Amino acid sequence: MLQTLLAQQAPIEAIDTPAIDWAILAPLLVMAVGGILMLTFASVLKRLPSSVWSVAAVVISLVTAITVIPLWMRVTDTANSATSTLAGAVAFDGFSLFLTVVIALSVALSAMLADGYLKREGLEGPELFVLLMMSASGGIIMSFANDLIVLFIGLEILSIAVYVLAAMHTRKLQSQEAGIKYFVLGAFSSAFFLYGIAMIYGATGSTNLIDIKNFLSATVLADDALLLAGFALMLVGLAFKVAAVPFHFWTPDVYQGAPSPVVAYMASAVKAAGFAGIIRVFVLTFEQYRTDWQPVIYVLAILTLLTGSFLAIVQTDVKRMLAYSSISHAGFLLVGVQAATDRGVNAVLFYLAVYSFMVIGSFGVLTVAGGVGDNAHTLDDYKGLSKRSPMLAFAMMIFLFSQAGVPLTTGFFAKFGVISAAIDARSFWLAVVAMISAVIAAFLYLKVIVAMFFAGDDDHGHGADAEDAADASEADADDAGHEPIDIPLGAGIAIGVCALVTVVFGIWPGPIDDLAREALPRLVAESSAFLEIGN
Amino acid sequence: MVEIIVFAVCAAIVLVGAVGVIAARNPVHSALFLIQTLFGMAVLFISLEAHFLAAVQVVVYAGAIVILFLFVIMLLGVDQAEDLNIEPIVGQRFIAFIVGAATFVLMVATLAGSSDAITGQRQATGPLGDELTDNNNVRELAEALFTDYVFAFEATAILLTIAVVGAVVLAKRTSGEMLPVPQNTLEIREADYQARVDARAAELEANAAAAAEAGEDGSAEASSAAASDDDTADDEMADAEGGDA
Repeated sequence: MLQTLLAQQAPIEAIDTPAIDWAILAPLLVMAVGGILMLTFASVLKRLPSSVWSVAAVVISLVTAITVIPLWMRVTDTANSATSTLAGAVAFDGFSLFLTVVIALSVALSAMLADGYLKREGLEGPELFVLLMMSASGGIIMSFANDLIVLFIGLEILSIAVYVLAAMHTRKLQSQEAGIKYFVLGAFSSAFFLYGIAMIYGATGSTNLIDIKNFLSATVLADDALLLAGFALMLVGLAFKVAAVPFHFWTPDVYQGAPSPVVAYMASAVKAAGFAGIIRVFVLTFEQYRTDWQPVIYVLAILTLLTGSFLAIVQTDVKRMLAYSSISHAGFLLVGVQAATDRGVNAVLFYLAVYSFMVIGSFGVLTVAGGVGDNAHTLDDYKGLSKRSPMLAFAMMIFLFSQAGVPLTTGFFAKFGVISAAIDARSFWLAVVAMISAVIAAFLYLKVIVAMFFAGDDDHGHGADAEDAADASEADADDAGHEPIDIPLGAGIAIGVCALVTVVFGIWPGPIDDLAREALPRLVAESSAFLEIGN
Repeated sequence: MVEIIVFAVCAAIVLVGAVGVIAARNPVHSALFLIQTLFGMAVLFISLEAHFLAAVQVVVYAGAIVILFLFVIMLLGVDQAEDLNIEPIVGQRFIAFIVGAATFVLMVATLAGSSDAITGQRQATGPLGDELTDNNNVRELAEALFTDYVFAFEATAILLTIAVVGAVVLAKRTSGEMLPVPQNTLEIREADYQARVDARAAELEANAAAAAEAGEDGSAEASSAAASDDDTADDEMADAEGGDA
């Protein structure tokens, strides 16, 4: 029966499937397959302690970062080694590799933070790590993406996992709320992004960035309304992911409700992936149309900078403060994007790399200091942190100084880089606004530092106790206020690494800067010579 | 000519369905309107000669996904009309309407204004398959999936895995008690909610009173409407009390 059916079929001609350079896909495969393998093992070996999964996640993400090294050698070997594979859908250039490492390291550090967190909250299990790694593989896909469809799928992989991660704390209402808010708004913004892709496809006849660029450089569009509408819609989708104003409304609520290690990941890797998309699509592909999109980013950057810094000051919850501060950092990154020059891209990459460490560090401190339930995040709770845990307070001070852009920390060079790129591109007013908002934001960071170090004596963050306030009970309150904080090993290592990176490369930023300089994005079609090797 | 008529009819079906999805007060009706939209889309696909897509549209979307929606709606017991008239932020509906309408106008203007002027390839991939053999749709799709879009196609696997893992994680029964919501947030929200519920109840009562006044001449309809309004208000008060407890 089957044979007769087959015989009736017309002769089957083979489809020319595209050549695949597996080496280029290695980092992605390690991360994604690692996540899936962990899932498989987890379903068989049920009773393993949570730390095993944490260690495995750290190892897998470090291996991902290590697989990049030979690729990096290859791409920086000669000037023209950048290429693409899989029918031009996957880019192979320094840019994608650089961001892959940033994302992989974010996963490793967040996984270390998550270990202690899960134990404290009684949520042990491999799910968080699995989702973290799968989400990161989406981020890696985004940084590799040379095709709008691939970019979209990467974005969805990244986001859907993060929606779940935000709602991960199933016994905490705010976490559920964060998850549902992020999901509804995120799905909405994805729809905008998809609509934008459709518009651009309509205007240029392709979803492949290389083809789009070639088409646009060879053709003068008589009417570019469709293309511009596509820009606008895609920018909405991407600006939502990086939390740029006015697409930032989800950020404070989600950051506040979501588990702190997840927030660390969201603020670092998700932002990096979002900017990977913005740079590859706008700075690289639509380079020719920069006069159309640059002003939009200019305005977005100004709004983001000012809103982020001003609203951060009025917060009384430290987690919300850092959420608004992450909005203002997105503004600085947009300043670098707006320059639309190689120098701007370098500055953004440098910023993303060092910002990941400082933001993971700060949310790491919040993870540990938040106490059971991850709720003790008001400014009052942070009063006297230096007495309860000097190391933690000291580390937090480093991260906050760095976020404020104090010299001798990485944050200084990061801000210096994007602002000088803006001045290079003759966006003087933008640079001025960036500097002003850095000063405003510095006030916020100082507020936290003052609370941690100087405000501990009069009030121990136990207002209710103080009201009872006989002298004898005051002594008890004292003890409660000075209760030392246990720092779990994983979180300790992660915070230590972040602090070390922030200080060491703050004094000696050369290595990261050199890497960022070599990590330029390129749009290169597959060379025919390579195709032959591939076949 | 036939094409235009088919298009017009289908477009009407699709649009009425889409408006119905958001306008229907009962979620079950919304889901049914969604099926209407999807069927209209399927016919549009056929008129574009994408027969395979049309079949997928009916089988997968209308047949499977919306039915799942219906299951969820019925299992969760949300198949009742909800009072959506409470505005969490005053004036947001109006602003949302203005912004939405502006975006809509802009999009329509873009599409309508540029349809003839594009110098780009208007038929991006050419017609799907030869017109004479009806089997080629599948072939063309397969070719696209395994050549240009093979990476996107394979990457979707990760997406599906995440969806399953995520669903299990979120649906898993929690062990232990819920954590308390911090007192300050709770107070603010509850007071806020209570104020809104009170305002709404007052409004409904006023409406009911007005209706009763208007219907004093003896219209039974008006008085029954007033009674039902009263019921809703009572329900709300009960809800609010439940929230307090």
